[in-house]
Amino acid sequence: MIAPLIQLALLFGGLSLLAFGGGTAVIPDMQRAAVDIHHWTTAPEFLAFFAISRAAPGPGSLIVVLIGQKVAGVPGAVVALLAMFGPSCLLAYGAAQLWHRAASAAWRQHVERALAPIAIGLTFASGIALIRGTEHDWRAYAVTAAATLLLAFTEVSPLLLLGAGAAVLLLAG
Amino acid sequence: MAPPASLPATSTPPPRASLPALFRGFLAIGLSSFGGGLAAWIRREVVERRGWLDDRQFLTGYALSQLVPGATNVNLAVLIGAQLRGVPGVLAALAGLMLVPTALILVVGALYLRAQAAPGWAWIGTALTGMGAVAIGLNLATGVRLARRSLRGAMPALVMLATAIGVGVLRIPLFEVLVVIFPLSLGLSLWQGARQGSRQGSHQ
Repeated sequence: MIAPLIQLALLFGGLSLLAFGGGTAVIPDMQRAAVDIHHWTTAPEFLAFFAISRAAPGPGSLIVVLIGQKVAGVPGAVVALLAMFGPSCLLAYGAAQLWHRAASAAWRQHVERALAPIAIGLTFASGIALIRGTEHDWRAYAVTAAATLLLAFTEVSPLLLLGAGAAVLLLAG
Repeated sequence: MAPPASLPATSTPPPRASLPALFRGFLAIGLSSFGGGLAAWIRREVVERRGWLDDRQFLTGYALSQLVPGATNVNLAVLIGAQLRGVPGVLAALAGLMLVPTALILVVGALYLRAQAAPGWAWIGTALTGMGAVAIGLNLATGVRLARRSLRGAMPALVMLATAIGVGVLRIPLFEVLVVIFPLSLGLSLWQGARQGSRQGSHQ
């Protein structure tokens, strides 16, 4: 009972610190460990977990609680959650402190100006990476394109569009 | 009544966010952010609806949250919570963001594992794909909105494009992209600042 919890903690604790650029960065590593090394889930189960954690509200990295739950029930889910988010949250807090201390520094404004276009580029990059990470067929592309235009240029409710997206694929499939 | 003289005149302090308001704000984000694209929902709530941060502060937090390893949007919640209210703010934001989605995902996961064997459940996968496709659109639309508001000039646009292509299309590791792009972008900002300064220009 304890051994799988330790394995979960070690795996996700390590991945937490490797996830440069966000949680999706470590999905391939996570899949290899959960499916091939520890045999916690089958490959189709892992894919379903991925889809659930992506479609559900909240961070996509919550996929770890599904793996933890499969391995060791609720204790497994809790350990997975703490291991995946604890280390990176501590680092983020440290970064926030450093940033706060530089509040009055002149260089901070330049850093902010320099980071802005990079951050915007990364929003596009994550959208592109998500498209390439899933098997996007032409229907999904059409839905993504329509959603992008509507959300960028109108005040339509995103929740409504999410429902519409599900409906369109169900009817078109 | 006059503000205390020690306040710097140039910077407007953000509206004070109470801990319950932080919790509720991130609870709303956690509840409404179906399908990922969480940063977009965070910006909607924190910048557009509550006005705790302006776009530049948000973008800085967003970029910082990408530099730190870990789930970007969770890091962003930590950064915003810390900036607004310190450690209690961090805990309030994290709790608001994670509690309900975690519980929901555990229930759905348990149901999925039980229903997995039963036939006739493929439509759930299709519906999830459709929602995912819209969620990606939400990400891209946020990029469009931010670019229209915050990008001024051709050089920052090039920096943005290079980042998007390098990370998204060419799949170069983020760290390597940043090592090249960030010094470039910083140099650009310093150079433009110097040029504007010598022209007596006063940017905000």
